[in-house]
Amino acid sequence: MSHLSSSGWKLWRQCRRVLFILMAPVLLAQNPNSEAKVRKLLVEAVLEADETRQIGLVRQLSQLPDPLVGTVLLAWRQGGVFLFDGPSGPVPFLLETQNDPQGKARGLQLVDGEALRDEKGTELKFQASDLTAADTTSRLRKAIKTSLDLLALANPDPKMRRDAVLKLGQDQDLEILKPLQERELTETNAEVKRAYVEAISFIELASDDEAIRVAAVERMGALRSLNSLSFLQKLVSDATANPKKYGAATLKAARSALKQVQDHQGWVNTVGTGFRGLSTSAVLLVAALGLAITFGLMGVINMAHGEMMMVGAYTTYLVQNQFRAWFGPSGASFDAHFPVALAVSFLAAAMVGLVLERGVIRFLYKRPLESLLATSGVSLVLQQLFRSIFGAANVQVGSPSWLMGNLAISDVQFAYNRLFVIGFAFFVLLLTYLLLTRTSLGLQIRAVMQNRSMAAALGVRADRVNMMTFAFGSGLAGMAGACLSQLANVGPSLGQSYIVDCFMVVVLGGVGNLVGTVTASLGIGVTDQMLQPWIGAVLGKISVLAAIILFLQWRPSGIFATRSRSLEG
Amino acid sequence: MGRTIKLREQWILALVAFVGIGVVPALNAWVPADSLFHISDFRINLWGKYVCYAVLALGVNLLWGYTGLLSLGQCLFFSLGGYALGMHLMLKIGRLGQYKADIPDFMVFLEFDKRYPATGGLPPHWVPFHYIGVALIAVVVVPAVVAYLFGWLAFRSRIKGVYFSILSQALTYASMLMFFRNDFTFGGNNGLTDFKFLLGFDLNQPATKRGLFIASMLLLLSVYLVCRWLTGTKFGLVQRAIRDGENRVLFSGYATADFKLFVFVLAAVIAGLGGALFVPQVGIINPSEMAPDKSLEAVVWCAVGGRGSLVGPILGAICVNALKSYATRAFAEQWLYILGGLFIVVVLFMPRGLVGLPDQIKAIWRTRLASRRVTPSDEPSVMPSKAATRTDE
Repeated sequence: MSHLSSSGWKLWRQCRRVLFILMAPVLLAQNPNSEAKVRKLLVEAVLEADETRQIGLVRQLSQLPDPLVGTVLLAWRQGGVFLFDGPSGPVPFLLETQNDPQGKARGLQLVDGEALRDEKGTELKFQASDLTAADTTSRLRKAIKTSLDLLALANPDPKMRRDAVLKLGQDQDLEILKPLQERELTETNAEVKRAYVEAISFIELASDDEAIRVAAVERMGALRSLNSLSFLQKLVSDATANPKKYGAATLKAARSALKQVQDHQGWVNTVGTGFRGLSTSAVLLVAALGLAITFGLMGVINMAHGEMMMVGAYTTYLVQNQFRAWFGPSGASFDAHFPVALAVSFLAAAMVGLVLERGVIRFLYKRPLESLLATSGVSLVLQQLFRSIFGAANVQVGSPSWLMGNLAISDVQFAYNRLFVIGFAFFVLLLTYLLLTRTSLGLQIRAVMQNRSMAAALGVRADRVNMMTFAFGSGLAGMAGACLSQLANVGPSLGQSYIVDCFMVVVLGGVGNLVGTVTASLGIGVTDQMLQPWIGAVLGKISVLAAIILFLQWRPSGIFATRSRSLEG
Repeated sequence: MGRTIKLREQWILALVAFVGIGVVPALNAWVPADSLFHISDFRINLWGKYVCYAVLALGVNLLWGYTGLLSLGQCLFFSLGGYALGMHLMLKIGRLGQYKADIPDFMVFLEFDKRYPATGGLPPHWVPFHYIGVALIAVVVVPAVVAYLFGWLAFRSRIKGVYFSILSQALTYASMLMFFRNDFTFGGNNGLTDFKFLLGFDLNQPATKRGLFIASMLLLLSVYLVCRWLTGTKFGLVQRAIRDGENRVLFSGYATADFKLFVFVLAAVIAGLGGALFVPQVGIINPSEMAPDKSLEAVVWCAVGGRGSLVGPILGAICVNALKSYATRAFAEQWLYILGGLFIVVVLFMPRGLVGLPDQIKAIWRTRLASRRVTPSDEPSVMPSKAATRTDE
């Protein structure tokens, strides 16, 4: 029997949806006619003397999909609907938003939108302070607010609709349960539909009927709705304090639902932390890969590595400005600036690296400590140079539209820009790996790294290989900077904030070893993000640094040490 | 390499001591302000600061110039010494602070009385710093202990070369982050400041400033003498041997880690003492003093003056800082270019710094002369001295 009735109910629901869809064009075609109807209803509502009936009319208005209703209701609630004493009773009107030089405006009648005129037919002008507004009681204002909220449910943007639904649910007003339930049937977007179920459940929590309450609670649990967490917590504490009013069944259901939701929340947080850790690691990896090449393979301490990243970030800024000048501030052509910027940043930083290698570093291959000092000097000069050109303040670097927003998978938010950085890290890693193992340059790089003089004796142009390697490492830093411009502030001290972390990654990973660099950046990134919620960002960072120093006691040459027979390493 | 101090050096030392401890303060105190020879209170204060930096540079040199350890953490020890004395100075402000409270202002501001009700808001580790003796011991002991722990860990696992530099930089960076925190009870961002009295003397009085200058000079001279003595002993010989070929020293049966640890701790103590005298003269100590580039700057003073010599670092510290004072006033924008350029030029063209410059110029001059006199068919000029004798014929 129950089975039959429920399937009958479903049929009716489907019929109604079909009916609605069929009727939609008819409703739209009737628009001019319906506007007059809407206006008539509005006037009626404003002039109605009986409060209860007035509220009923306001409710009715909320079902009319006309933007005028929203405007008038909002004005009414804020005291912007005025009454004019006409020959045949009061005439409600709104003031035009445009004032004349005297600060007066025309009055637009609610009935037809025409201006108010006196007997001779001249337009009347009013000042808001001289007028009496159509008065409202607090109950009426509340009803208007609810109607406005209900009107928001007709918003074409599903996100706005979803927020409006949830907002309605939070009020736990049993009176709007029915309109909500009706609208749920016509909703087609799955996200919004879910929000309807959530909102309806919130409201039903306030119901006096235990069965409805329990059903609502169970629905929340089954949905694993994070929005309902505070409601469930409140319900559990209320029901524990006052078992008579709520009943044992409600309490039991609420407890198990709360557990379900909390478990879900724990899972969401774990996945979120993991994702953040992964993306922090990816940033570190992209930033440190260049260093793994210049420091790890070539043994050059480039303290200006951070400034190479800065070069990349500022290049992105310049490319973006150029594209904005060419194609305007948005659109597909403008969005193409980012891939271009990545390439240009690589080239720009590689050029700077080339100059640095030729000008300074090539004299210091045998004196690593001194290359540290000289490149620190370069880093100071570059910082000041950028400060002089672009100013000491951060510059605004925007994101292309395809990197904005989040991908939400069962309550976990994956930011697109972070997803991009993770993907990009893999790409750069692959690129570096292929370069080192599959190209002749890579072969030469490894040969020079293992034994410079022997490689030179066998005909490898060590000088040229050094130059290319350093330029490549710097170019990678430049791309890292371009990537970072999507996540962090771009300013003259951008490099400084990453240089210590980058060196830590390379030292921890083991010098001259890409696998080590990847492992170390993963380890540092994930640990950092895991510690942060517990002890805060700064203490987390300090703990990571301390842990690295202690770890090096155990494995002095990093996680993956390159085995070598040479004594002086 | 003689162990005894040569006569000429004795004379120079005596002269420096006489000028620094006698003449300069006298010119400040007794020569009227409008005279050409008067040295203003501002200058005395500034020079006192330079002298403290020179002490720091001597420590860096002991590590880098003599032992081959490029520590980028010397500013940490400098600041630790400064903080230790700064804590005592904070407590000596008494009720003269903004809040007229018994505890330092920042503790009132951060509501420490709720965190440490037993001592009226003063964190327990601050309490002993009421005594100057405790503060002075802390100036020496705290940097020494931190240096010992870090050095023990680092040298035990044979971390050396650039790895040591990077790790010491990380240590300093982490400490800076730590000191930036308000919970760390050392004043957070603003650090310790607004000092009023040291040993009962008003820090704003010219006479106190003079006294602090004399004290700094005395400290510099004694540190110089200690370094002079140490580098002349067999210990100093081992030190330099470690710098030039650590493995050979190790295989010869010396526990190089212990030698390095001792030098590292000694350099930390020297830096701590310098910091302790620096703070009352400057009137403030905050975490930015530990920023990574400060340590690098100290290394550059050393490099500019000439590492591996004892006079070099002192000369470098004073010259670079005098240049900095001048440049930041005359053309503030360009100072970082100058400093950065200094790094590069010194490393590339002046490996022995200012001290080695005369020899370098002489050598270049001789090769120039030689190549001009010698016909192209001759063998290339290998030994400048040989070439020089040839020109003398």
